[in-house]
Amino acid sequence: MAEMRYREALNEALTEELERDPNVYLMGQDISVFGGAFKVTEGLMDRFGEKRIRDTPISENTIVGIGVGSAMTGLRPVIELMTINFSLLALDQIINHAAHVRYMFGGQVSVPLVVRMPQGAGHQLGPTHSHSFEALYLHVPGLLVAVPSTAADAKGLLKTAIRDDNPVIFIEHETLYGQRGEVPDDPDFTVPFGLAAIRRAGSDVTIIGISRMAQTAECAAEQLAAEHGIEAEVIDPRTLRPLDLDTILESVAKTNRCVIVEEGWPHGGVGANLAALIGEQGFDDLDAPVGRVTGVDAPMPYAKNLEQISFPHEQQVIEATLALFGDRKRALRG
Amino acid sequence: MADRPLPPPETAINWFKSMTLIRRFEERAGEQYTRAKVGGFLHLAIGEEATIVGAVAALRPTDYMIATYRSHGQALARGSEPGRVMAELFGRVDGLCRGRGGSMHMFDLERRFMGGFGIVGGNLPLAAGFGLSSDYLGNDDATLCQFGDGASNQGTFGETLNLAALWSLPVVFMVTNNQFGMGTSLERHSAQTDLQVKGEGFGVPGLECDGMDVIDTWAVTEEALRIAREERQPVLVEALNYRFRGHSIADPEDYRSAEEVLEWSKRDPLLTFGDRLIAEGVINEQQREAIDLEAIATVDEAVAFADASPEPEPSSLYDDVYVLSDEVRGWYSADHRGAGLQKGEELC
Ligand SMILES: Cc1ncc(C[n+]2csc(CCOP(=O)(O)OP(=O)(O)O)c2C)c(N)n1
Ligand SMILES: [Mg+2]
Repeated sequence: MAEMRYREALNEALTEELERDPNVYLMGQDISVFGGAFKVTEGLMDRFGEKRIRDTPISENTIVGIGVGSAMTGLRPVIELMTINFSLLALDQIINHAAHVRYMFGGQVSVPLVVRMPQGAGHQLGPTHSHSFEALYLHVPGLLVAVPSTAADAKGLLKTAIRDDNPVIFIEHETLYGQRGEVPDDPDFTVPFGLAAIRRAGSDVTIIGISRMAQTAECAAEQLAAEHGIEAEVIDPRTLRPLDLDTILESVAKTNRCVIVEEGWPHGGVGANLAALIGEQGFDDLDAPVGRVTGVDAPMPYAKNLEQISFPHEQQVIEATLALFGDRKRALRG
Repeated sequence: MADRPLPPPETAINWFKSMTLIRRFEERAGEQYTRAKVGGFLHLAIGEEATIVGAVAALRPTDYMIATYRSHGQALARGSEPGRVMAELFGRVDGLCRGRGGSMHMFDLERRFMGGFGIVGGNLPLAAGFGLSSDYLGNDDATLCQFGDGASNQGTFGETLNLAALWSLPVVFMVTNNQFGMGTSLERHSAQTDLQVKGEGFGVPGLECDGMDVIDTWAVTEEALRIAREERQPVLVEALNYRFRGHSIADPEDYRSAEEVLEWSKRDPLLTFGDRLIAEGVINEQQREAIDLEAIATVDEAVAFADASPEPEPSSLYDDVYVLSDEVRGWYSADHRGAGLQKGEELC
């Protein structure tokens, strides 16, 4: 085990995969000389050269399109979009081509492409620069979606993403880049897709946290235990597609309650989707409706005080969890 | 082009005041950022004052102006109150956008400053849309759209120029060529580095101006606006300039040499224009200093105003997400936190 930052773990994954497979190459804005807007690709230019670490103009849709084209013809591109906000400009290539090319041509080609990009609020960047879009990409058949919340997962999932033959939307989080964590030394360490991590065991309620919200959920769980005697099981799905629904359903079968925490908007969110799946597959196990804690249903405001109440914190997770118990107590009494 | 004659003294002095105000405002904004009064990204226009003031000076009050995330200066040059621009940076209710947009998203409808936009290349189609309105409504308003050299690689650049030419829209596209898109230099991001010719294939002729010279920028922009307005022919103007600060506050500037910055700082638009005004007897040294002190005092007031302005009320969080109509049934929002927003709840 080595302790390193989330961004260093990503850098290591890229380095190892670039070394392992000569057809892996990187492309993005300011990734070579500048080392990446969040310094994830620092040093890679010196090591691998401009042929494999390619700076691009500000042309998101075309960058992804070039990535798709080269992935269809033998390369394994890893694209960095500066932030997920700018992936909106590339939605056409991501959805119409990256996600659908294999299907629409009857499986003759595949698109082993990774699109890496960070998301997340909390930096006062206002409406155009604070999006959380895991739900948007989860919506699209043909794409895989990874949402690492720890340094180890960042590394392990990125390596898996690069080796996977499907297009992978790899969503990093801006506030996690500087966080440290233990990462296995083994160069063959990977984290498989479709395997959730149980961050904390518990028997009273299942709390599912997406991306950074897995950490928020964990902190909330500690407080729930300390102050309310409620033992929460915290699950980080790590990949939303493929989804480890089995682990989630097993947990809910044990706890009978579930809260889902995400940073994005509530309408059509990941929580909405998971709540539907749990309702469909685990209805008999539920003692209360599935709870959701989400970002507010509004664009992200710039003002600090407004921004802070626009995405979930521990307190909302605690309140949402307690509400599930409150309801039950009332129901029992009634 | 120092050989263009000075405009009438009053005009020249106004331009100089405007440029000085932008310089002092930007410096103070940067300082307030380091004191955490300002959050998010802060892109300063220090070095680019002549491009801003010269271009804005060529506009009529009824013309539309649209720019990028680097646009405190455009708002100020258009006449927005410095206190309200600063209050926006502070995220306060008296900010131009009530604290919703911040540094990257200024907007002042009254002055037809149609926004700073955070998405590179995102403002070009909007500019063509303003032009479409002018054309459709049959008035002679024109639009000036500023964007960076980096933005000229975005798909919207070609798509917008083509449509603007095809539909004869009265729009001047001004590429502010400060020679870098973040840390990537012009020759590393654009195959065609003579940016004024980049529109020719789309039917948009190019002009070029010295973006470090307010008079040249004004003269060329004025001619471009005339062509757009009278001949219904969109024009691309390349304004060559240089930003003296980093791309945003947090930029170590590893991608360019200190010598290069020093070389360009000799052409500091504020310095060279001020020197010229003195050399040609429009102002004297004391007046230059008085103008500077006045700008500093204005910025002091702006900071005090912003500081005194309250934070937005939490209950205002959902204001302006929608135009709420009493006629509409159904829920606008899935969120119980939005007070007025579960419109139609009472109807259910
Ligand atoms: C679509 C999009 N991609 C990337 C970014 C991140 N970004 C912000 S400014 C910038 C550089 C823009 O350079 P240029 O157009 O030359 O304008 P300048 O900042 O030099 O004024 C980049 C890449 C963005 N805001 N929008
Ligand atoms: Mg530029």
